[in-house]
Amino acid sequence: MNDIWQGLAQALRLVLGLDADLIEISGLSLQVSLGATLIASVIGLPLGAWLAINRFRARRVVIAVLNALMGLPPVVVGLFVYVLLSRSGPFGVLGLLFTPTAMVIAQVIIITPIIASIAHQAIRDLWADYHDLLISLNTSRAQRIRTLLWDGRRALMTASLAGFGRAIGEVGAIMIVGGNIDHVTRVLTTAIALETGKGEFGLALALGFVLISLAVLVNLAVHFLSRTERSGRW
Amino acid sequence: MTLRPLVLASLLALGAGSAWAEDMKMAVTTSFANSGLAEVLLPEIEKDTGITVQLLVVGTGQALALGAAGDVDAVLVHSRAAEEKWLAEGNGTHRREIMYNDFVIVGPAADPAGTKAKANALDAFAAIAEAQAPFVSRGDDSGTHKMELALWKDAGVDPAGEWYRAVGQGMGAALNTAAGMNAYILADRASWLNFGNKADLAIDFEGDPVLFNQYAYLPVNPEKHPHVKADLVEKLEDWLVSDTAKGLIEGYKIADQQLFVFNAQPK
Repeated sequence: MNDIWQGLAQALRLVLGLDADLIEISGLSLQVSLGATLIASVIGLPLGAWLAINRFRARRVVIAVLNALMGLPPVVVGLFVYVLLSRSGPFGVLGLLFTPTAMVIAQVIIITPIIASIAHQAIRDLWADYHDLLISLNTSRAQRIRTLLWDGRRALMTASLAGFGRAIGEVGAIMIVGGNIDHVTRVLTTAIALETGKGEFGLALALGFVLISLAVLVNLAVHFLSRTERSGRW
Repeated sequence: MTLRPLVLASLLALGAGSAWAEDMKMAVTTSFANSGLAEVLLPEIEKDTGITVQLLVVGTGQALALGAAGDVDAVLVHSRAAEEKWLAEGNGTHRREIMYNDFVIVGPAADPAGTKAKANALDAFAAIAEAQAPFVSRGDDSGTHKMELALWKDAGVDPAGEWYRAVGQGMGAALNTAAGMNAYILADRASWLNFGNKADLAIDFEGDPVLFNQYAYLPVNPEKHPHVKADLVEKLEDWLVSDTAKGLIEGYKIADQQLFVFNAQPK
């Protein structure tokens, strides 16, 4: 218990003192996870919508696989990306291993199925309501997807935020492909793992509190910017 | 979805911190990084040579694997047999000894296996096995793990059973486990002194020369991996064996104890 209070106190000290290292690793955490969320949303949201409105033979299988991939073990994804990006691997010439870009790639793989699955579920319900209207207006597939994505934007935001939540708290994959290099690829989660390894539980917990606060702040900011949950609008 | 969050996110976009010329990557062991010596040496290296050394902190096994794959420019590890095998496979150019520190047997302050009274490290290990006292092994193919296995072998013990717990993690995590179980563990002195969660543990046995832990610097073979920064690697080697490095390495102390002994030979 004592460690927890110490951690809270240390977190406050670090934040109020605008600790330079803390700002650096928090900034990189945000950069990597928001970047990954952005890319995964661009892929996952339309994919979810497309799966909702199309009927094809393997549809059930594709959806089942997509749902299963939500549980991808990050450490396996990390290893997979590592092998691909290693100098001895097929994309070695790009020299991307142990860079923030490699971390974004790993996280995109981890969170795209989550975003696509949640988006698919939301859009499917919406599509049941819109089906007759959009068909009778003789809309094209792309127009239907656009309409559904726009009208389902609140639910889709939840999909993206769920992806972000998984990304910002993830450590297994980015530890392997980022390498936790000081000032280059160290983020909040890998720093927490490092400090725990050193037996510095107070500092590790302090970083943990910062991480949780950041996740809450990002969610609040997104809600604020997209004007949800305000009086008179449901 | 409105454009706002997208725009915001793009502002924070994926700046992949593009490397300015003088960066090199070196894989080092957890024991070296946990000792805190890196934080003393790296700023001086940057000041004297202009090289920013990016450290990948892993076990010796993984460090050598990263070097073999060409994902780092050099490795600094401590497991002679593994290093020589690695060199024989053509992964590196040569092996340069830099310094050594030593391992200690950390265990419950009460020392239930009676290791303190033993004349040498092998007897101490045998005593732990005899007493079936809980022992935490790194179990991660690191240099420390290899040293531990060699000691068991020389002590004529096949470590197995309820008392022997292989955690498969780094030095710090293994020490945390030992602290939690009040178990014996083989640790390098630097990691132990820097460790923040000592609980009821203390050094039970130390000082036997077989516990010396030689660190060596191994450049990755540029013929196998043409992209490695051989010139920077050579510059770093020259610095590591210099008198400046000697002064810093031997002057590095924790709790008034010198941790490393510089023993690089001039070429």
